[in-house]
Amino acid sequence: MLSDITLGQYFPGNSFIHRLDPRTKILATLIYIIAIFFADSFLSYAILTGFALAVILISRLPLLMVLKSLKPIMIIVVLTLGIHMFTAPGETVLFTWKFLSVTQEGLELGVKMSLRLMLLLLFSSVLTFTTSPIVLTDGIESLLRPFKKIGVPAHELAMMMTIALRFIPTLLEETDRIMKAQTARGADFSSGNLLQRAKNMLPLLVPLFISAFRRADELAVAMESRCYRGGEGRTRMHELLYKGIDYAAFGTIFALTALLAFLRWGTALCAL
Amino acid sequence: MISVKELKHIYTDADGHEVSALNGINLDIPAGEFIAIIGANGGGKSTLARHLNALLLPTSGKCIVDGLDTAEEKNLWDIRQHVGMVFQNPDNQIVAAIVEEDVAFGPENVGVPGPEIKGRVDRALAAVGMSEYAKHAPHLLSGGQKQRIAIAGVLALEPRVIVLDEPTAMLDPQGRKEIVRTVKQLNKEKGITIVYITHYMTEALEADRVVVMEKGNIRFSGTPHEVFSRVDELEKAGLEAPLAAKIASELRKSGIKLPKEIITDEELAEVLCR
Repeated sequence: MLSDITLGQYFPGNSFIHRLDPRTKILATLIYIIAIFFADSFLSYAILTGFALAVILISRLPLLMVLKSLKPIMIIVVLTLGIHMFTAPGETVLFTWKFLSVTQEGLELGVKMSLRLMLLLLFSSVLTFTTSPIVLTDGIESLLRPFKKIGVPAHELAMMMTIALRFIPTLLEETDRIMKAQTARGADFSSGNLLQRAKNMLPLLVPLFISAFRRADELAVAMESRCYRGGEGRTRMHELLYKGIDYAAFGTIFALTALLAFLRWGTALCAL
Repeated sequence: MISVKELKHIYTDADGHEVSALNGINLDIPAGEFIAIIGANGGGKSTLARHLNALLLPTSGKCIVDGLDTAEEKNLWDIRQHVGMVFQNPDNQIVAAIVEEDVAFGPENVGVPGPEIKGRVDRALAAVGMSEYAKHAPHLLSGGQKQRIAIAGVLALEPRVIVLDEPTAMLDPQGRKEIVRTVKQLNKEKGITIVYITHYMTEALEADRVVVMEKGNIRFSGTPHEVFSRVDELEKAGLEAPLAAKIASELRKSGIKLPKEIITDEELAEVLCR
């Protein structure tokens, strides 16, 4: 029952996007997000949307699956659209209903803001769809390493994520087992209202926590026996390396950003 | 390879009482030996095992591994690299979510260069017969397979000694067979010294030497034949001799003449059929 949960939303594949270094993908996502904020005309939004769709196409992900990842933010998108539509100041009134009026400027702003949100989420979900959690962890560790000097525990964070990824299925299995053991002795996890059900879960948590602590203890001893002593002097089996395709990807994303910057400020610059 | 002298270990339990887990152990383990340590629960087997790679330090006495004293802190990482440890619960000693990554964990810790790690991982997985599972997720493997991955993880550090602390206690009979076969093979083919702690007598039969521990002391030791034919003494130490040895002992008591040392079913069958 609990065992069929998949971790993250990684969609295995071997496309150009899949093969990129995780650091490239993380950085490109960040740059894209910055580029979104450069956009102000509909032309630039069209370019951004086109780029996102092209990336999804190249990654050979099912388009519908990627679009589904927008579901959780749809409420926020609709809300953003509504608030901008009705409250933004503007001259050209499209129509009025009682005290609410919709202006063209408001409508445009609303559409742009909603697009911004959707593109943001769409592009970052391509990152998690095409990168396995383990590889993603490696990428984050490598990117955070320079910040070690200012006290960012890069290796420790990555180790925590690795161990969490390793133990989530094990703990889920254990939860399942404890639930079955308690159901066999008359516990009820499936009836009653929400509050009642939450209360019934309590006896489940105690044994689960005790076992998790015991596991942590044993794991720590096992790690120490295998010479673990933190990130200092540690090497990796698969060192991350930027390859040709990574430089190509960086080139593309920088070109996109430059184009958007030009569309926004270019005319002003030319006028100077 | 390992030399334990007058080793005592005293710890304080939850109620604040001092408990003596080991009362002066003397044990020499030459390189390449396969030694089994048996004994009832609470006999001090695991405590002794944990002294061998400096997870625990002696209260008094000495534990020397390959000429290095475990009590000296500068030797710690050398000793842990030489002496690998495999524990009872296979789940709680696998660190990474991919088999290959987990086996690489040890060499990564000691700073082996990347390309060499790959070679070590491949060799370690081949040695335990798990090469085809390199890219699998450990939680989907059977208990015996997981425990073999744990052994591979230790092997990748290229140790000279492997200490296994009841590695089969949580496995099914199939998994137990896999582990015993793997361990024996490592001992014979790679010459790795094996310290095998178990409470399954049949597994101890495979060893070169068997040590019986009880209440923090070594009661007696010898070849499996010597140890398991001392049926009554084993019982006093809270252990049960293999069935064949017990039958032989009973037959002898009722006046049937049998050659002295019978411990396996095959030996018993052969003698009785004559």
